[in-house]
Amino acid sequence: MLTFVARRLVATLLVLLVASFIVYVLTANSGDPLRDLRGSRDPSAQDQIAYLSALLNLDQPPVLRYFSWLGGVGGCFIGQCDLGISVARGEQPVIEAIGGALGSTLQLVLAATILAIVIGVAIGMTTALRQYSGYDYVVTFLTFVFYSLPIFWVAVLLKEFGAIQFNSFLGDPVIPWWSILLIAVVMGLIASAVIGGELRTRAISLVSVGGGVAVLLILLDVTAWFESPSIGYVGITLMSAAAAAVVLFTSTGFHNRRALLAVGIVVVLTVALSWPFQFLFFYVNSPWTVLIVLAILVSLGLLVGLLVGGDGKAVVARTAAIVGGLGVIPLVLDQMFIRWDEYVDRIPLSSGVIATIGASTPSIRRVDDTWLNMLDSLTHMLLPTIALMIISLAAYTRYARASLLDVMNQDYVRTARAKGLGERTVVMRHAFRNAMIPIATIIALDFGAVIGGAVITERVFAWQAMGSLFNEGLHRIDVNLVMGFFLVTGILAVVFNVIADLLYSALDPRIRVS
Amino acid sequence: MTDKNPVADEQSAGQELSIEQRATVGLSQGAIVRRRFLHHRGAVISVFVLLFLVLLAFTSVGTVIGGTGKLTPDPTGTRLIIDGFRIPGWWGYTWWERYDIVLPGGAPTFTWWPFSFGEHPFGQDNTGKDVFARVMRGMQQSLNVVFIVGIISTVIGVVLGALAGYYRGWVDQLIMRLTDVIIIVPLLILGAVLGQTIGGDAFLLAVMIGLIAWTGMARLVRAEFLSLREREFVDAARVAGASDFRIIFRHILPNTVGVIVVSATLLMSAVILLETSLSFLGFGITNPDISLGQIISEYNEAFKTRPWLFWWPGLFIVVIALCINFIGDGLRDAFDPRQKRVPAQNSLGSQVVRFVKSYAPGARPGDETANR
Repeated sequence: MLTFVARRLVATLLVLLVASFIVYVLTANSGDPLRDLRGSRDPSAQDQIAYLSALLNLDQPPVLRYFSWLGGVGGCFIGQCDLGISVARGEQPVIEAIGGALGSTLQLVLAATILAIVIGVAIGMTTALRQYSGYDYVVTFLTFVFYSLPIFWVAVLLKEFGAIQFNSFLGDPVIPWWSILLIAVVMGLIASAVIGGELRTRAISLVSVGGGVAVLLILLDVTAWFESPSIGYVGITLMSAAAAAVVLFTSTGFHNRRALLAVGIVVVLTVALSWPFQFLFFYVNSPWTVLIVLAILVSLGLLVGLLVGGDGKAVVARTAAIVGGLGVIPLVLDQMFIRWDEYVDRIPLSSGVIATIGASTPSIRRVDDTWLNMLDSLTHMLLPTIALMIISLAAYTRYARASLLDVMNQDYVRTARAKGLGERTVVMRHAFRNAMIPIATIIALDFGAVIGGAVITERVFAWQAMGSLFNEGLHRIDVNLVMGFFLVTGILAVVFNVIADLLYSALDPRIRVS
Repeated sequence: MTDKNPVADEQSAGQELSIEQRATVGLSQGAIVRRRFLHHRGAVISVFVLLFLVLLAFTSVGTVIGGTGKLTPDPTGTRLIIDGFRIPGWWGYTWWERYDIVLPGGAPTFTWWPFSFGEHPFGQDNTGKDVFARVMRGMQQSLNVVFIVGIISTVIGVVLGALAGYYRGWVDQLIMRLTDVIIIVPLLILGAVLGQTIGGDAFLLAVMIGLIAWTGMARLVRAEFLSLREREFVDAARVAGASDFRIIFRHILPNTVGVIVVSATLLMSAVILLETSLSFLGFGITNPDISLGQIISEYNEAFKTRPWLFWWPGLFIVVIALCINFIGDGLRDAFDPRQKRVPAQNSLGSQVVRFVKSYAPGARPGDETANR
């Protein structure tokens, strides 16, 4: 398996090398970097032209300049990176420009990809299990629509309706009764369509989910949650219980008493430990705390699972560990929302709570508080991530559906059913894993679309990130800046390919063996 | 439907014909494909909508063939003349001239009740240009790009894929490594660099995108050729003395037409999004030429004050892309022999299912859909 991944890695790197040459030469030939200066009547223009030509070696052909650039990149292996300087950015070294831009783009791309995979696979699988139902047809139609949406259009719409109108709603946060009714009915209908079954089951799921949503919204409304949102013990309990229910439903089912008990204990532990964890979060104010808490909760989950698991130790322990791991999310969210009032105080008056410009608030960047900064990133990343996710979501949904349908018609699935396994075990244990193999390929293929989408999204939301490096560099024919962008996307492409290969070999034993 | 055909039934007596095979007994390949395509309602509707949009775009404001597109005032000084061979359309306004603003702010004159288009149904921009004319011209250019890219990429992809798949060996290695190199650069990035190079002309932009968008097609055609070249009919042709050229283009290529048509359609739906995205970023079609993405980019900031400048071009992009996607889906269904259609409620398949279920011990209706 390692030789397989290593071989693929070397091949990708070679391909990347050739691609970088092509992009360098094409960009260098795409225009004249001195065009503005040549047209200028400024007496010092001639001097500047001579200065820049000498600085960028413009008298040399692009092919030669590429190799001197490559030499600078090669220096990275001995710890002396030299990606050239960016003329478009006041002779700032490109490596500095990348350093300032990489973080937010990386967050955006990773968050959008992971969300698209999780949600897309979930929707795609449920449609495959409900093939030719109304739900299936609606989702199929919607994926076509999502496929056809231009991302810049979606981003502008989200900016207008997602941010500006939601912000004005937060100015006077009262949900009118008819929208509560509407949301409840829609959610109920979706739930009943996904769960399916006979008319009675559908009616029960419609009423229970719709009613639950309505009660939740009314409670949020009555307690004025939108004015000062917080998670608190109630939120932590609800969220970890919901996560536990989903994990339990997909892994062992509710009828497994031992798993139910173990997961219940883990949820109680999460809520009980949230008080001592507060001190940890407060005194160890760094992103690493998340990992510490994650490690504690996962090991607690494993321990509880092993103690309570009985005969099916491994399965119960795994389920409980996943539930424990998911428990980190409400805990971190709680920390973020505790700082809500401080956040509202610090953002500029002109901007709403959901930000539409930039990747962070400068005045919050200066505060040394991880959780406040996280909250700030969250409100800034929300809309760009949704915009970017929507585009990939359609692809993942369609591929997940097609691939699960393909697998469900295989003989070994019939064998699994014939030997008396429950439908859940057949789907989750026998079909799901094999259905994921083609999805792993899509992760590498979809990467180009995500990077392109990130460039556009960042432009719409005015992020000073990798996308603006590319836009600015190409508009002003600043080859070093464009190549800096290309280098980063190239490395990301390699990483995505390696991840896809690793997933591939983890999922498909045939690759591990040969 | 099928079991009412006595001839087909007699022929199939004793043979194990599946339901899908029965539906197509006695039909030519073309007839099967046409029939399957016509069964895809979304695809058929999309064909008509797309044809309507093409007609609307080209007949309404007319078009300009050749020329530089530069504007010069005519001798009387009242109108602007565009450079190139102008074919006028039935719409009274042009996309480059300014008109008196009819409604305050240039709002659309279109009303549902009483139903009327008014003078500027899609509104006017801040300088008084007619948005309908601009959107139509933008649609022309975007459609032009889509079709030119579709043709160029398909030709390049098919030829390279065919050569790689047929000859294998070093030809295959060379072509596939070239494909890898192009694929690893995101299409939008490569397109933007090339678009910046050629500087805003729609035709040249289309040619450039066509030169880089063929990679997926080449991979698919190669895969088809790799399997088809081992078949007996290729050996037969070779024994009969056919040249490589003849085997590739007369014998193997017609067998890959399904893959090619489907992949070309899906490529075209990606191209319209690519072109509009490039134009939005300012690396595609640029002022004074118009494309749907360029219109949105130009009026992006005016969304709050003049939302109609933003809605219409976006809507047409979505509708065109949606239509092409649906047509592609219909074609895939039509060409894919493995594709199974849903048996109608009264067809043989569900009768068998119902029969078996009613005799299976302990069977209840809805069992096969319940998930537990």
